[in-house]
Amino acid sequence: MLTVAIFLPAAAAVALPAVPRRAVPWTWIAVALAEVALVTWMWVSHGTGAGTSYETSTRWIPSVGAGYHVGVDGLSLPLLALTAVLFAACAVYSLRQARRPRAFAVLFLFLETVCLGLFAALDLLLFFVFFDLSIVGMYFVILLWGHGDRSRSALKFFLYTFLGSLVLLLGFIGLYLGADPNTFDMVELTRDPPLHGGPAGLTLLAVGIGLGIKTPVVPFHTWLPPAHTDAPAAGSAILAGVMLKMGAYGFVRIAMPMLPDAWRRYALVVLIVGLVGVLYGALVALAQDDVKRLVAYTSVNHMGYVVLALGAAGYASGDAAARRLAVTGAVTQMVSHGLITGALFLLCGVLYDRAGSYGLGRFGGIAGRAPAFAGLTAVAAFASLGLPGLSGFIAEFQIFAGTIGSGTAAAAVAGALAITGILITAALFLRVLHRAVLGPPGELTGRVTDVRRPELAALLPLLLLSLLIGVAPRGLLDTIEPLSAAVTALVGR
Amino acid sequence: MIRLAGPAVDGLSAVLLVTLAAVLAAVLLFAAGERYGARFHGLMLLFAAAMAVTVTATDLLMLLMGWEVMGAMSYALIAYVWPDADRVRSAGVAFLTTRAADMGLYAAAGFALAGAGSLRLDALARADGPWRDLVAAGIVVSALGKSAQLPFSFWLARAMAGPSPVSALLHSATMVAAGAYLLMRVHPLLAATGWAEALVSWAGAATALVLGAVALAQRDLKQLLAASTCSQIGFMVLGAGAGSVSGGTAQLVAHAAVKSLLFLCAGAWLSALGTERLDGLRGAARRHRVAGAAFGAGALALAGVPPLSLWVTKDAVLAGLPAGLLAVGLAASVLSAAYAAKALFAVFRPAEGAAVRVPVLGQVPLVVLAVASGVLGVLGLPAVAGAWNRMLGAPDGGGADARLLVLSGALAVVAVAAVGAARRVPAPAWAAEWLYLERAAVAVVVRPAFAAARALARFDDRIVDGAVRGVARGGRRAAGLTGRRAEIRVDGAVSAIGRAARGLGALARYPQTGQVHVYFAQAAVVLAVLVAVALLAG
Repeated sequence: MLTVAIFLPAAAAVALPAVPRRAVPWTWIAVALAEVALVTWMWVSHGTGAGTSYETSTRWIPSVGAGYHVGVDGLSLPLLALTAVLFAACAVYSLRQARRPRAFAVLFLFLETVCLGLFAALDLLLFFVFFDLSIVGMYFVILLWGHGDRSRSALKFFLYTFLGSLVLLLGFIGLYLGADPNTFDMVELTRDPPLHGGPAGLTLLAVGIGLGIKTPVVPFHTWLPPAHTDAPAAGSAILAGVMLKMGAYGFVRIAMPMLPDAWRRYALVVLIVGLVGVLYGALVALAQDDVKRLVAYTSVNHMGYVVLALGAAGYASGDAAARRLAVTGAVTQMVSHGLITGALFLLCGVLYDRAGSYGLGRFGGIAGRAPAFAGLTAVAAFASLGLPGLSGFIAEFQIFAGTIGSGTAAAAVAGALAITGILITAALFLRVLHRAVLGPPGELTGRVTDVRRPELAALLPLLLLSLLIGVAPRGLLDTIEPLSAAVTALVGR
Repeated sequence: MIRLAGPAVDGLSAVLLVTLAAVLAAVLLFAAGERYGARFHGLMLLFAAAMAVTVTATDLLMLLMGWEVMGAMSYALIAYVWPDADRVRSAGVAFLTTRAADMGLYAAAGFALAGAGSLRLDALARADGPWRDLVAAGIVVSALGKSAQLPFSFWLARAMAGPSPVSALLHSATMVAAGAYLLMRVHPLLAATGWAEALVSWAGAATALVLGAVALAQRDLKQLLAASTCSQIGFMVLGAGAGSVSGGTAQLVAHAAVKSLLFLCAGAWLSALGTERLDGLRGAARRHRVAGAAFGAGALALAGVPPLSLWVTKDAVLAGLPAGLLAVGLAASVLSAAYAAKALFAVFRPAEGAAVRVPVLGQVPLVVLAVASGVLGVLGLPAVAGAWNRMLGAPDGGGADARLLVLSGALAVVAVAAVGAARRVPAPAWAAEWLYLERAAVAVVVRPAFAAARALARFDDRIVDGAVRGVARGGRRAAGLTGRRAEIRVDGAVSAIGRAARGLGALARYPQTGQVHVYFAQAAVVLAVLVAVALLAG
C-alpha cells in the first residue's frame, strides 16, 4: 500500500507520454488527488497511536546492509499528507501551464514520488537516494521553467545542495561504520545508537551541515533566495513547502534519535543556530523589495523556529512535557509552513503571471482590482505572521511555550528572544500589504487581474487547511504527540 | 501536550460580556444608519467575538488567541478605508505597537509553563521563584500595551483613523478594556510578586494624569476623546493595581457607556459636517437636539460632575488609596473635568451652520447610552455596592467614600466652570503631540530595526553569499589553473613518453630490414656476445 502510494506518481509519469496532449493536466490532477486519498486513508488507518504502520522491508543492496525499508508514523504521516496536498495544489494551479506541459507534469510526478519516498524511508541509503533525486528534479524545474537568471540560480541551487548531500552521505557512512553489524537501517540505528564521544560529534557535524543546508539554517541559506526568485511558482511552492522540510525532518528522524548524546552535548549550538535563523531571516526579509525574495527569507525565519525547538528538546535536564511540546510544535510548524508558504509562493506566481514583476514598490492598491487576490494574500500573510485561528500560531505558540517552558536558562532566554521574530514578521507582512495590496494604485496595478478559477482552487484548500489546523489542531497534534514523546525519550537516553 | 481549558464565566467575565454585548448592539444599530458593507459587519462581529473569548478564557493560550485576533481585527477595521495610505499606515502603527506588547504574553505563557507547569490563569500566582515575576512582567507589559497606557499610548491616537463606530467599540468595551480586564483578572498574581501591584498602580495613575493633560491640549474632538480614553483606562489600571477590582470594573462599565456615546456623537457630526476639529464643530450640539443632549450628558459624566456615573465609579477606585496615588488620582480627575468641559463648550457655543441630520435608527442608541452614562453610578451606591462586590468576588466594603465624593464632585464642578470662564485652555506642544511618544518609538525602535535589516541584507548579499560566490570562483579559478598549468605539464609528460616510445620504436625498426643476410649477421653478433658473456661469467 505504502509502496503503491510512493511509486504511483512515478508510474503515471512513465505512462504520461502515451496520454493525449489535452488529457495531460487532468491526468496529473487525477493522480495527485488519488495520492491525497491514499495518504488520507493511511493516516486514518494509522490513527493516533505510536509505532510504525505499513512497514515494508526488502533486500536491496545487501552487500552494504541497505534495504528497501519504508513505513509511516506520526512524523512522516503529516509530512506525507502535506506533500500530497501541495503537489495536488500545484497540479491544479498548473492547469493552464503553456510551456511544455507534458514534461512539466512528468517532472512533478517524478518529484512527488521522490518526496513521498523520502518521508517514508526507513533506510539511510534509501533516504539519501531520494534526497539527491529531489535536488536533480528541482534543478530541471528551475532550469527549464524558471525565469530571470534561471540557469545561474539553478546551478547554484544544484551545486550548493548537492554539496550538502555529499556531506550528509559522509555522516551516513559514519553511522554505518559505527554500527555493529554495519547497517544503514534506521530502525536498528535508532534502537542502538552506534556512536559516542568524538566520532559522534563529527558525525553530527556532517549530518547537521548536510541537513542544515537543505533546511536551510543561517549561514547556509544563500542558495534559497535566488532559487525561489527564479523558479516557477509551482516549483517554489514545492521547494519551500516540501523540500525544505526534508532537512528539518532529517533532524527529527535521523540526527536526534541516532546521535542522542552528541545532540545533547551540542544542544546549545543548535539553539543558537535556530535563534540566529529566526532573527536574521526576519530582519533580512524586512529589507527586501522583491516580494518573492521576501517570502524566501521568511522561510529562513520559520525554519529557524523549528531548529530552535529541536535544540531546546536536546536539554535533557529540562522539563520533559515542555520538551515534547517543543518537538510537537516543530513538526506542526513544518506542516503549517508548508501550507502557508506554498500559498504565498503561488500568490507571488499570480502576481508575476499578470505583471511580470515581483517589485513591491511597483504595485499598490491591488485590492481594488483584485479583491479575491487581496483577500487571499491578507489571510496568507496573517497566517504567516502567526495569527491565532490559523496554523502558524498553533505551531509557534507550542515552540515558544515548549522552548521557554523547558525551564533551562539557555532555552528560556533563546525562546524569549525568538519571540521578537513574530513582531518583525508582522512588520514585514504589513509592509507588503501596505505597499502592494492597500493604499493608492501603483505603476503595475492596472495589469493585475483577479485570481482565476484554477488558481483559486489551488489556493483555497491550502488556506482552509491552515484554518482547520488553527481552529481544530487536535487531530494533527494527537498524531504527532506519540512521536514527539518517543523522540524526546530517545534524545534523553 | 496542551489541552485548552474551556471558557468559563464568573462575575467579572459576566460584567464584561454584558457590557460588550450592549455596546456592540448600540454601535451596530448606529452604524446601520450609515450603510457599511458586509466586510465591516463581519470584522466588527469577529472583533467582538475575540473580546468575548478574551474575557471568558481560563488559560493563557485561549486568552492569547482572543487577544491577538482582536488586535488583528482592530487593524482591519482601522484600515477599513484601505485606499487611503495614511489610514493604512495608522492601522499598521496600532497593530505593531500592540503586538510588540503582546510578546509579553507569549513569553508569559512559556514562563508559566516553566514555573507552574500550567497555563491556567488561576495557577499563575502559585508559580515558583523567578518564573512568577517573569510571568507577571510579561502580562503587565501586554496589558499596558493593549490598554494604551504609558509608554504605549500613542497607538490609540492612530486608531482614530478608523470609522467612528469602530472607535466607539474599540474605546469602550473591547481592545483597551481588555488590558484593564486582564490586570484585574490576574490581580492575585500581581499581589504575589510584591512589586507588580505598585508598578501597575503607578503606571495607571501616571497615564491618567499625563494623558489627561494630553487630552486637554487636543484641538480635534476624536483625538481629545482618544487621549481621554487612555486617561480613564488609567483609573481602571490603577484600580487593578491597588486591588480595587470592584471599583475598576464599575469604572470600566460606566466608561464604556460614556465613551461609546461620545464617539457615536462625534461620528454623527463627522458624517454631517465633515470635520472633527473642535473649532469646526462650534455649535454642532445645538443643531440636533437628541445628539446634542446625549453628548452633553456624556461629556458631563466624563467630567465627573455629580451625580453622573463616572463621578461615583472613579471615586470608588480612588477610595482607600495611599496619599501619593490619591493625590495623583485627584489631579487626574480635575484634568478629566477640564478636557470634558473643553469639548462640551466647544460644541455648545452658539454659531451659525448647516443643520445636522441623524437617522432615527442612530438616535436610539444615543438615548440609551446617555441614560446609562447618567445612572451607572448606582454601582457605587452602598445599597448596590454590596451585591456588586459579591458578584465580582471582591471583599465587601470599599465603595466610594463620602468625603472623597464631595471633594471630587466639587473639584469637577469648579474645573468645568473654570474652563467655561477661561477663553483659552493652555495647550503645550508636548501634550498636543502626545508626548512625542510615536516619534520616540520611531527613533528608538523602528529606525534602528530598519537600519539593522538593511545592513543585514547587505551583509547577506556581500559577505555570506559573497563567501559562497568566492568559493565558486575559487573552484573555477583552480580549474582554470590546473587546465592551463598542471594539465599542460601532465599532458606534456604523457606526450614525452609517447615521443620516447616512438623514438625507441624507430630505433627498433632499424634492424628489421627484411634481408636474410642482415638477420644472419645479427644472429652471429648475438651469438658472439652470448659466448663472451658465458666465458666471462664462466
